[in-house]
Amino acid sequence: MTRNASTGIAYEEDLLFEHSRPGRVGFALPARDVPEVDAGALLGADAVRDDLPGLPELSEVDVVRHFTRMSTWNAAVDLALYPLGSCTMKYNPKINERMARLPGFAAAHPLADPARCQGLLELMVRLEEGLCEVSGMDHVSLQPAAGAQGELAGVMMIRALHEARGERRRVVLVPDSAHGTNPASAALNGFDVVSVPSGDDGILHPEAVEAVMTDEVAALMVTNPNTLGLFERHIGAICEIVHARGGLVYLDGANLNALLGVARPGDMGVDVMHFNLHKTFSTPHGGGGPGSGPVGIKAALAPHLPVPVVRRDDDGSYRLDSDLPGSIGRLHGSHGNAGMLVRAFTYLRSLGAEGIRRCGEMAVLNANYLRVRLSDHYHVPYDGMVMHECVFSDKHLADTGVTTMDVAKRLIDHGYHPPTIYFPLIVPGALMIEPTESESLEGLDRFADTLIEIAQEARDDPETVRSAPHRTRHRRLDETRAARKPVLRWQPDPAS
Amino acid sequence: MANYDFPQDLRYSREDEWVRTEGERVTIGVTDYAQQQLGDIVFVELPEVGRTFEKGEPFGVIESVKAVSDLFAPISGEVKEINPALAEAPESVNEDCYGEGWMIVIVPADSTEVSALLDAGAYAQHVESRTD
Amino acid sequence: MRYVPHTEADIQQMLEAIGCERVEDLFDAIPEKLRLTGPLALPAGLSEQEVEAELGALAERNDHAQGMPWFLGAGTYAHHIPSAVDAIASRSEFTTAYTPYQAEISQGTLQAIFEWQTMTAGLVGLDVSNASMYDGASATAEAAMMALRITRRSKVAVTEGLHPHYRQVLETYLGGLGTPVVTVPRGPDGCTVDPTPYLDDDVACLVVQQPAFLGSVERLADAADKAHAAGALLVTSVTEALSLGLLRAPGDQGADIVCGEAQSLGVPMGFGGPHLGFLACHTRHVRQMPGRLVGQTADAEGRRGFVLTLSTREQHIRRERATSNICTNQGLCLLMATIYLALLGRRGLAALAQRNLEKAEYAKSRVRETAGLTLPLSAPTFNEFVVGVEGSAADALARARDAGITGGLDLATHAPEVGPAVLVCTTELCRREDIDALVAALAGGAR
Repeated sequence: MTRNASTGIAYEEDLLFEHSRPGRVGFALPARDVPEVDAGALLGADAVRDDLPGLPELSEVDVVRHFTRMSTWNAAVDLALYPLGSCTMKYNPKINERMARLPGFAAAHPLADPARCQGLLELMVRLEEGLCEVSGMDHVSLQPAAGAQGELAGVMMIRALHEARGERRRVVLVPDSAHGTNPASAALNGFDVVSVPSGDDGILHPEAVEAVMTDEVAALMVTNPNTLGLFERHIGAICEIVHARGGLVYLDGANLNALLGVARPGDMGVDVMHFNLHKTFSTPHGGGGPGSGPVGIKAALAPHLPVPVVRRDDDGSYRLDSDLPGSIGRLHGSHGNAGMLVRAFTYLRSLGAEGIRRCGEMAVLNANYLRVRLSDHYHVPYDGMVMHECVFSDKHLADTGVTTMDVAKRLIDHGYHPPTIYFPLIVPGALMIEPTESESLEGLDRFADTLIEIAQEARDDPETVRSAPHRTRHRRLDETRAARKPVLRWQPDPAS
Repeated sequence: MANYDFPQDLRYSREDEWVRTEGERVTIGVTDYAQQQLGDIVFVELPEVGRTFEKGEPFGVIESVKAVSDLFAPISGEVKEINPALAEAPESVNEDCYGEGWMIVIVPADSTEVSALLDAGAYAQHVESRTD
Repeated sequence: MRYVPHTEADIQQMLEAIGCERVEDLFDAIPEKLRLTGPLALPAGLSEQEVEAELGALAERNDHAQGMPWFLGAGTYAHHIPSAVDAIASRSEFTTAYTPYQAEISQGTLQAIFEWQTMTAGLVGLDVSNASMYDGASATAEAAMMALRITRRSKVAVTEGLHPHYRQVLETYLGGLGTPVVTVPRGPDGCTVDPTPYLDDDVACLVVQQPAFLGSVERLADAADKAHAAGALLVTSVTEALSLGLLRAPGDQGADIVCGEAQSLGVPMGFGGPHLGFLACHTRHVRQMPGRLVGQTADAEGRRGFVLTLSTREQHIRRERATSNICTNQGLCLLMATIYLALLGRRGLAALAQRNLEKAEYAKSRVRETAGLTLPLSAPTFNEFVVGVEGSAADALARARDAGITGGLDLATHAPEVGPAVLVCTTELCRREDIDALVAALAGGAR
């Protein structure tokens, strides 16, 4: 088998501050063309600072080498398969980046006259329409800056709709397999969270929802496919149960990639959902952001959309509308992460209807292929066909003393980012693998072979697995020490 | 089943706290089972001295790197003392949960609540029933 | 489809391994009636060349700061971005990495965040900065919610000088909890009045924007004293982070939480996002802080390294009891700002801030000597200020646009009480002749 990675040079690099030398600069101002002023005299001596001792003094070369060296310490999608479950680490097309950097987008101002931002407003409306078509929802707001903010907006709209109906419902139902943001978003809106147990087959059953469904329930928040990679096949019946008692159904769109072009949440009875453009629509994850989390709704919730709403008038012009008395208000200082919207729109235009479906299908094909390749070597807690991701556990390795954490760290030695581990919480020792559509057959085989090799190694030489990673610049880092005695900024050594 | 130490002279709650009675004062901490389950303890949040708690009410929070758990008052009463050393050395909960790792001292509102708690044997059974 | 590698032969081989005949069989779990029967109603996919043409045409139809003199700020600022910033921040190893949960292969991202935390904490004069928030508006809302948790009080006081959009976002967030918001008004000079009468025993914090939305530099130390005397915290929100290069650090003046927007530090305006919210506080409040934090530690061989830490505050562990539901941060924008601060450094940031001040003072001097224009607010300013015009501000701005200039923000909606006026921002990008042209255009109606 061809190896995925071998050893190379790892550069050392200190912190910026440790490189600093008095008198170095990496920046020059243009010649001054206006009179000099005395800031202290103008603003008052005590309003002005004397110095910026916290900032380093470096040349441009210092800075470029510093960060370029640091970049080599990162795993990235552009280096190798990055199988983080529920994160959809698909390839981020380069054209997206080029388009986002066009000055007409990158140097546009959110408060400029909307009549002079027609290109951006048109892009936003067309992206909204595209997301509606993909999801089967009636309206989309692009304002939320991330999935969690989209969720917050969605839950707020749900609350606003109930209040507009004169109802004060207090409870939100969340399945036990849900992402942590779901209960957190509900709690931020003052809702009590009630957990709904998944069935033995890993999915929600109508009876379980029926059992906790009351007139106090504002909404059920469901992820579909769920975090086990399973399609919630009873979603139709579940939506009916919730609707019958006046509740709404919220869909966490984190796993929408599996459904692209195949099925639509809006057709299943979902009332509100959010999208993660940084997952499904290929905008880069950027080391933890920026994301973009548009929220989609059915028409009944339209009076409660965040403001401003972008509208297309009959004459084909676009405007920002803040006149929406039932609105939940504003969520973002401007119009959301517009640069991410440009990237997602570029992706949607590149793919088209056929390309979108192809992504969904190949993502599911890849996940099932890995499931089949690995099922003799890793425990499969929920058997059967999966959607975009598959969950394994370390149960088969129990007698070796090797845990999921160890397998994850050993994968690093082979040049792979580990899968999502210990999530969902309902599977002890979970390894959650989402290959995405970006990976080729031979790439998947190489990855599967590596995981099988590690399972074998766990039996032959468990200590090597338990003490992984061995080939990274750092060995396993001590998280306990970091949390017990937090060091959250660099301080100059008092001795020097 | 792993090995746990549950001293005979203490009483235990079902939420994994132990209590030690010395006259008016009842010292409270978490059990060996709790500290092993949580793993490396990194932070313990304790109440202010003088606050009163009802039995079963959360009086603090205990955190490891990956988990966080409420501390529930095993009995009702007023907080007389807290363990100041835990702020700097939360690891003493792992190292010596029945000694240096104690958390608070309460003056009980109702002394019969202590005798209603589990003894070491009953608590060990309670732990076993959960780990099967 | 150029982003998907599968050949027909690959697909057949994989289906066979799985035990399916057709790709559709993979979706058996989805009930028939929930499946799409035809293709989505979306236009056909495009080649790169076609995408460039279509998006290029959309980009053409927006005014932007690289195409004309630009005096519009109001929370989003046109500054020069050194080439090294985008060159480094475009590297795939940074852009296509996920949140650095696996520390051993995320040290690049983690060290950059640690450096950001260090520089930000120093700039604002507090102990700890987090790894960024969505934007300045949500950072300010989160700061107020943090103050509510710390003080266990029930109301929030906000100065009139807080950016109106920040105020709206704050109300959206606090609305979920039913928290009342009190307004402390602006005095005639542009600075906030004595806040004391507005600070009762229920007020958790006073939120003061520095400089204020209309540009005035607030008397922060005084605000801090008054807030503390009332048992409240002082939250300082900064929309123009470059001002931190010149103004005394808010933490040094008594602010307990400093938050805001750092877009000015190397992040493109980008129609308002993605930008870079930040939030900093004292060590004693860190457990009430929202958002990710990076801490220093060591590996098994004792080498220094960095990890995400204190994560029990966050939603993925504490779920409904988390300090916030925030999950992602603005990692890439944070990286841009970290590179930017490293390039400008101790001297460059101060010099650039000084230059912005000088541009504004020059512009104000031109306004003072120009008939038909006024400076209605007397308080000192940094790089942004209010210019009173004759007639309507919309007309004045239209005249500027006719002269090829984006002249500023019409205050008719946000501050009608100052009369017809434009909020003008002068950064280092505004040349003397641009300023002269703007002043002439704004005054045009008086000729």
